[in-house]
Amino acid sequence: MIKVENLTKSYGNFQALKGVSFSVQKGEILGFLGPNGAGKTTTMRILTCFFPATSGKATVAGFDVFAEPHEVRKKIGYLPENVPLYLDMPVPDYLSFVAGLKGVKRREVKKQVETIMEECVLTHMSHKLVGELSKGYRQRVGIAQALLNDPEVLILDEPTIGLDPKQIIEIRKLIKGLAGRRTVILSTHILPEVSMTCQRVIIINEGRIIASDTPQNLTSKIQGENRLLVKVDGPSSEIIKNLEGIKGVRKISRKEGGNGISQYVVDSEKGVDVRREIPAVIVSKGWGLLELKPLEMSLEDIFVKLVTKE
Amino acid sequence: MRNCYLIAKKELQSYFTSPVAYVVITIFLIITGYFFYNLFASFSTLSFQASANPALAKQRNLLNVTETVIRPLFGNMSIIMLLMMPLLTMRLFSEEKKSGTIELLLTYPISDMEVIIGKFVACTTVFILMLSASITCPILVMVFGEPETGPIITGYLGLFLMGSAFISLGIFTSSITENQIVAATLSFGVLFLFWMMGYSVSFMGPTLGRIIMSISLIGHIEGFAKGVIDTTDIIYYLIFSSLFIFLTLRVMESKKWRG
Repeated sequence: MIKVENLTKSYGNFQALKGVSFSVQKGEILGFLGPNGAGKTTTMRILTCFFPATSGKATVAGFDVFAEPHEVRKKIGYLPENVPLYLDMPVPDYLSFVAGLKGVKRREVKKQVETIMEECVLTHMSHKLVGELSKGYRQRVGIAQALLNDPEVLILDEPTIGLDPKQIIEIRKLIKGLAGRRTVILSTHILPEVSMTCQRVIIINEGRIIASDTPQNLTSKIQGENRLLVKVDGPSSEIIKNLEGIKGVRKISRKEGGNGISQYVVDSEKGVDVRREIPAVIVSKGWGLLELKPLEMSLEDIFVKLVTKE
Repeated sequence: MRNCYLIAKKELQSYFTSPVAYVVITIFLIITGYFFYNLFASFSTLSFQASANPALAKQRNLLNVTETVIRPLFGNMSIIMLLMMPLLTMRLFSEEKKSGTIELLLTYPISDMEVIIGKFVACTTVFILMLSASITCPILVMVFGEPETGPIITGYLGLFLMGSAFISLGIFTSSITENQIVAATLSFGVLFLFWMMGYSVSFMGPTLGRIIMSISLIGHIEGFAKGVIDTTDIIYYLIFSSLFIFLTLRVMESKKWRG
């Protein structure tokens, strides 16, 4: 659906994008992850034909971004980063205005605006000016305008920034609900967001893509091993000795606590699951197993690892 | 076409939901009314004096209401327009640039030209409203005297053409900055220079003088106020307007190659 090849963009001497290539399949939700100033917004602006790239090629739904911007714009719904809306317009008026510009047929404008307002839970705000709405509702108006005329591709630049936790959950739900028929690219620098909403992640830093995979694969690839947290009531030196005897366990380290209840981190080799053997050993020795849970490397850790490796 | 209409409608809405249009129109009318009152009052004083002094009455054009009230009134109105029009145009692009709405607007499937024309039409509509409200002045003259209708009509035609030229310049200056004050100052400054140019003709050589006079804004409004429709004047304003519309289009396109 979207294909980007070797995109570069320079602002004067500063090179914001240094050769970015990726593609997005139809119906996929792609997370665009990176620290501030990594080039996320620049990439999105090029895809939405706001400005062209310095070099490289990008196509959306088969149309070239540089040669046929008009066609590309028809396919795209875009929500810029700080949600720039006309604050002096009533919500339905604003949406009708956008619907018209996006080419919704005159007769269908009213109906479509009503449907979208319902979808984005805005109906009870229809008597208000956009400027009177709270940040969360403005965000919804922003998403609503992106959804008008049913675009095949949605490009959302930091859609949950500045919202309260409840609103974030709602917006994420809204975005997840949009997938399937539509292709979505969303950028963020909040990591859990990506693991919660996206099927694929592209990590970008200083204008270059440094990783591209599913959130799960990224985690396991970088981690390289399985890590478990075990909380046991028993003599610690014996516990460590016994657990090290289990096949596949590479390393055990005590995290906290002395004799009695303490926590241990167990690293096992890649592909080996020792979650059955550990309780068996502990129970057979008569110690108390209080907790056993996998320790996943969070996307934060991966991110820091990738970015600092650069 | 529909996009132009939608943008024009939206811009008109924001002119009237904000106090901008009301304030500009009201102040314009108050100042116009004040000038008109002075012109008309001095005309009636003159008439009284002339009734006692036949020599005065013989002076050419002194007691012609068209020449002593209507014509100077148009001159005064054009100067008030010079002051007020930049205030109408300054927000058109600057505000969108500042608030970032231009980013969203330009990613809709519409052309740059449609945006410019939409905004131009909206601003011109406010201007026409402003101008047509001032028609009460000539109507009052008609009630109390017998002015010629010809110069009134051509005078308004001239003001309209000149106003459109002011608007396109204002749109241009608004498109090059995101600061409304800068936009207004620039357009006022340029307009004022184009206006004042006419005054330097007196000490210039005949050729240069004629060139300067043809560029100057002042040289092209006088004919209309006299009741003369000169195609040169019409073409001057049309070229002035289209030049700045064209430059605005270039400015909008420049984001494509500017780093």
